[in-house]
Amino acid sequence: MPDIDIVTPIRPTPALPLRSRLAPLLMPHRLVMAGLALAALAAIITKMDWSWLPGYLPKIGHGLLVTLALLASSVAAGFALALPLGAVQVTGPAPLRWLANGFCTVIRGTPLLLQLWLIYYGLGALFAQFPEIRGSWLWPYLRQAWPYGFLTLTLSFAAYQGEVIRGAFAGVPRGELEAARAFGMPRLMVFRRVWFPRAVHRALPTLAGEIILQLKATPLVATITVTDLYAVITRVRQATYLTYEPLLLLIAIYLCLSGTLTLALRWLEGRVPSGR
Amino acid sequence: MFDAIDFSLLALSSPGWGGALLAGFLRSVELAAGGYLLGLVIGLLGASAKLYGGRVLRDFAEIYTLLIRAVPELVLMLLFYYVGTDLLNKLMGAMGREGIDIDGLSAGILVIGLVQGGYATEVIRGAIRAVPPGQIEAAQAFGMSPLKVLRRVTLPAMTPHALPGMANLWMIATKDTALLAVIGFSELTLVTKQAAAATREYFLFFIAAGLLYLALTLISNLGLRWLERRARRGLPAAA
Repeated sequence: MPDIDIVTPIRPTPALPLRSRLAPLLMPHRLVMAGLALAALAAIITKMDWSWLPGYLPKIGHGLLVTLALLASSVAAGFALALPLGAVQVTGPAPLRWLANGFCTVIRGTPLLLQLWLIYYGLGALFAQFPEIRGSWLWPYLRQAWPYGFLTLTLSFAAYQGEVIRGAFAGVPRGELEAARAFGMPRLMVFRRVWFPRAVHRALPTLAGEIILQLKATPLVATITVTDLYAVITRVRQATYLTYEPLLLLIAIYLCLSGTLTLALRWLEGRVPSGR
Repeated sequence: MFDAIDFSLLALSSPGWGGALLAGFLRSVELAAGGYLLGLVIGLLGASAKLYGGRVLRDFAEIYTLLIRAVPELVLMLLFYYVGTDLLNKLMGAMGREGIDIDGLSAGILVIGLVQGGYATEVIRGAIRAVPPGQIEAAQAFGMSPLKVLRRVTLPAMTPHALPGMANLWMIATKDTALLAVIGFSELTLVTKQAAAATREYFLFFIAAGLLYLALTLISNLGLRWLERRARRGLPAAA
């Protein structure tokens, strides 16, 4: 199935002078909309109940850190896992190819929440049955929830990104590989010097969209008692009986996170010459 | 532990959980299908607003898609669920009737549809823009009304361009129904968790549910590929 990317941010446009960049914001209807938005914001701040906020700020900060740590670690580990997954599907021996392909299909074909619960409840119950594991140095970690959340998020990112990497490996122009071979490079050197770097290069532009998707997947770990940002806000809602205020704050934080991440990734992308 | 897996737990009748799982699966499919259709309608409206709407309408459509794409689905579902039921109850109260309980199915469909609509808007907008403008202008030159142009030219011409993206969205819709388990809808994932917790056979039930989801994905994949081939008849091969 051709996956089209629905979250890739718009390509960076060449820098315009400040005045012409501000002009679209100063159209009359936008000024009115901005005014209304400010009024709504003022009403939200003054009319709603925010008395709980100062007391919970440190917890929210901690939750934010957990979310960001999970995002960064699972993206890094998932990308590292996706490289062999993608490469094997293009050039590997048949059994490995089937295995990698099957892994990607299964992960991409089932809901992340189901995978998370399978790994947390299933593996957790399984590990607890082995005295050797209970006695090992790993047990203090395995008793916590975050390793399972990290594992699931990593596997999921690897499967989706592995599909992208597969396409990137397949899409490196044949002429480049033939040129490398014509220089007398052995197969491994062709892979190391030309094929692999060119494939990673081609896969990079989609990475930004995948990272935003991954950020949006992280709140699921709250369902297995990891206290990420979403879990903290859920606790606030249960403790204060407020429906909307914590939810609005949560949405605002996620909007800021997505926005900052998009801008940062766009800046990074501009610094890496694109492979396309 | 593995030698003692009791497959009779998957039996369809009462001591087994198979019937409950299948009912949950059916519920998931209903939620996905309803949400997908609602998303399609919202997507058509949103894409029209972005392409043909006035300035204000266009900006509102932009804000909607931005919000949908930047905030986690789980959070959006929570928001839409509470806001939606709250607004409806207030509306009913204002009309002098008692607050009603919206049944779970429509609430779930509403929630999934609102999320899907944001993505569908982008897919359909891109597809409409891929239609050569000359074709639409030609239809207008024939004196067709805007609605007729939409029905006779724009919609049929954009379908092959929209299908890959819409197929992808259907896959997302089937998987997004699982998120409703967190809000407490008894669809496949939640039923599976209850069954697993009751019998402590986590692997058996979660893998069984995974196979159901996988079967749905693979079968719809076949159907969608056929549809795509059909819609692309006579067009040059995909790039």
